[in-house]
Amino acid sequence: MKKFFTTMVAGAFAAVSGVSAAVADPVKVGFVYLTNPGDHGWTYAHEVARLDVNKHFGDKVETTYVENVPEGPDAARVIRELARQGNEIIFTTSFGYMDPTLKVSKEFPDVKFEHITGYKRSGNMATGNIRFYEGRYVQGVVAGMMTKSNKIGYLASFPIPEVIQGINAFALGMRSVNPDAEMSIIWVNSWYDPVKEADAAKVHIAEGADILAQHTDSPAMLQTAEKAGVHGFGQSSDMKAFAPKAQLFSSVNNWAPYYISKIEQLMDGSWSTGDGPDHWAGNTWLGMADDYLVLTEFENMPADVKAAAEAAEGKIKGGFNIFTGPYSDNQGTVILKAGEAYHDGNLWNDMNYYVEGVNGKIPG
Amino acid sequence: MISLIPRKDIPLALTVMTPIIAIALTLIVGAIIFATLGYDPLRALYQFFIAPVSRPDQIGDLFVKACPLIIIASGLVFCYRANVWNIGAEGQLILGAVFAGYVALTFPGLPGWAMMPLMVIAGMIGGLLWAMIPALLKTRFNTNEILVSLMLTYVAALLIDWIVRGPWRDPMSFGFPLTKMYEDAALISRIELPGIGYLGQLHWGVVGALLLAVGAWFVLSRMLVGFQVKVMGAAPRAGRFAGFSPSFVTVMVLGISGAAAGVAGMVEVSANIGQLQPDISFGYGFTAIIVAFLARLNPLAVIGAGLVVALAELGGDSAQIALGMPKVVTGVFKGILLFMLLAGETFNRFHVEIRLPKSAATKVSAGQN
Repeated sequence: MKKFFTTMVAGAFAAVSGVSAAVADPVKVGFVYLTNPGDHGWTYAHEVARLDVNKHFGDKVETTYVENVPEGPDAARVIRELARQGNEIIFTTSFGYMDPTLKVSKEFPDVKFEHITGYKRSGNMATGNIRFYEGRYVQGVVAGMMTKSNKIGYLASFPIPEVIQGINAFALGMRSVNPDAEMSIIWVNSWYDPVKEADAAKVHIAEGADILAQHTDSPAMLQTAEKAGVHGFGQSSDMKAFAPKAQLFSSVNNWAPYYISKIEQLMDGSWSTGDGPDHWAGNTWLGMADDYLVLTEFENMPADVKAAAEAAEGKIKGGFNIFTGPYSDNQGTVILKAGEAYHDGNLWNDMNYYVEGVNGKIPG
Repeated sequence: MISLIPRKDIPLALTVMTPIIAIALTLIVGAIIFATLGYDPLRALYQFFIAPVSRPDQIGDLFVKACPLIIIASGLVFCYRANVWNIGAEGQLILGAVFAGYVALTFPGLPGWAMMPLMVIAGMIGGLLWAMIPALLKTRFNTNEILVSLMLTYVAALLIDWIVRGPWRDPMSFGFPLTKMYEDAALISRIELPGIGYLGQLHWGVVGALLLAVGAWFVLSRMLVGFQVKVMGAAPRAGRFAGFSPSFVTVMVLGISGAAAGVAGMVEVSANIGQLQPDISFGYGFTAIIVAFLARLNPLAVIGAGLVVALAELGGDSAQIALGMPKVVTGVFKGILLFMLLAGETFNRFHVEIRLPKSAATKVSAGQN
């Protein structure tokens, strides 16, 4: 027993000295994950980017991640611990970490915090996001041309601005090529719940949908589509392996350029929260033009559809604003007249409606 | 036949040694698992048991993590002593948080001296009312309280989900499912120790939790109601002869544990979150069941048991941060620790007797022929 404790204490010292020796050189970067990289969706995409960071910087950085961190008081504790362990920049990768990150950012003014998908910032807390909706417009174009039943089934997670933006962008893309197509939404009320996602996909198929899209994270919807012989789009990461015949393409979240640029800014001293005159413009909020959102190869579709998809992708990369009038909401009220367009602030503050082509109304 | 025979006299040395042996076994099994997976076992064990409490602020955080477990388990002890199986503390916690949240959000202008007591009372009422559903169904219709209380947990989770997405959603939250932040008067403040300052996130709710555990011990061991609870659990027939009403005891213990869970929900939100959101508890209501049994259903021991379980939780995070150990591995280790402690406890109180009944033995051999 005595020997055991001696080794224990020795081990303890070894561990502590190991930590302090590592502080000296590389920049320590921390990541907080909502689920684990095995989700093949949201967290997986972050993990891929973290590995890209390691590859890009080599031994100039040392990255650490903590997975399965619930969005609540535990998050604050984990973020605080990462800050204490000497991480100089910490990426918190889910919306629900917003207030915990803000709280900890005030306790550690020398550490930089990057919160993904939120809207609150402080002197040392910036926000980052991807224009996911851009990929959904292209999905809408493909869906509108591919559907034979004119019924599109859409799985949504929570009625928050990001998701509403996605639904409306999809519908605008769809209606740009097919004025008869209609979308139905099923709210799964979860970001990641393979069982519920599969069930919702089955309901859509039973109601006649022949194209499925999702704003949830698991490959379950595409797997269901594959079995039923219908098509769909993958989310966050390439899901081709799960549905080789069903996947038309996936919108892949590519966080690596964002992480790398922010770490580089930290290293050369130019890091800032990017406060611009417009609150939203101050964020890092980029899309397909900057490779923050990447579409996988267009597959399982005829040549003319593929051409239209490529054209839509090119148009958006060229600066096309998807939310440009004229369009109305699904009650017939005119939202934007011809020539009018939304700026970023509108996307967060004013989009409390479905556009034409979407059935139903926003819950809550 | 394998049967557990209660020991008549448990030597004090055995009682003291049991948890020590259990923890030693956990260390050995854990070290083997960590080594097999390629982690340095000593570093891993250090991260689990020492790193999370190596700074004063971390000790504060340990108490913060244990706080809801201690509050809930102090109430559950009454239920389990009386052989009433309330599995739904998680749901009662949520209702407590919702009721307390109603006070905080509807009367934001209340001064602190009125706000806090009202929120505590509201939290108690919320948890108590939710626990009354299984209590009344059991006493009226003899339904199974395990099922009813467990399933009401899911109802409670959907209820708070609907509330924060719908009626109570902050209009300034950009559509996100959050209520307004509570006013300062509705927040439980951190404890500022003279000369030391703040100890991590240590807040006044922790003091309340400790007092509550002591109070529960006093009621259970020194007051008539506590005696009733114990008699109805150990010998219900004797209790009835003594004139105790089984229905009354059932309603009372579910009420006590529901109210305690409700307070835990109120404290968790007011001290750590500051607003209502879809997820406010992360299985505290279920983990507290383990805490109650780890404490041998003794409210004073609940404090220690709560701290042990909280340490295992924090140790898992610390092993993840320092060693990159996946959450599943830390979960397995936590499971081994709790299993060893509970198994040790069982072997402490019972000894195992293996007997092969004659008739069964002949049947088996007949079957083989």
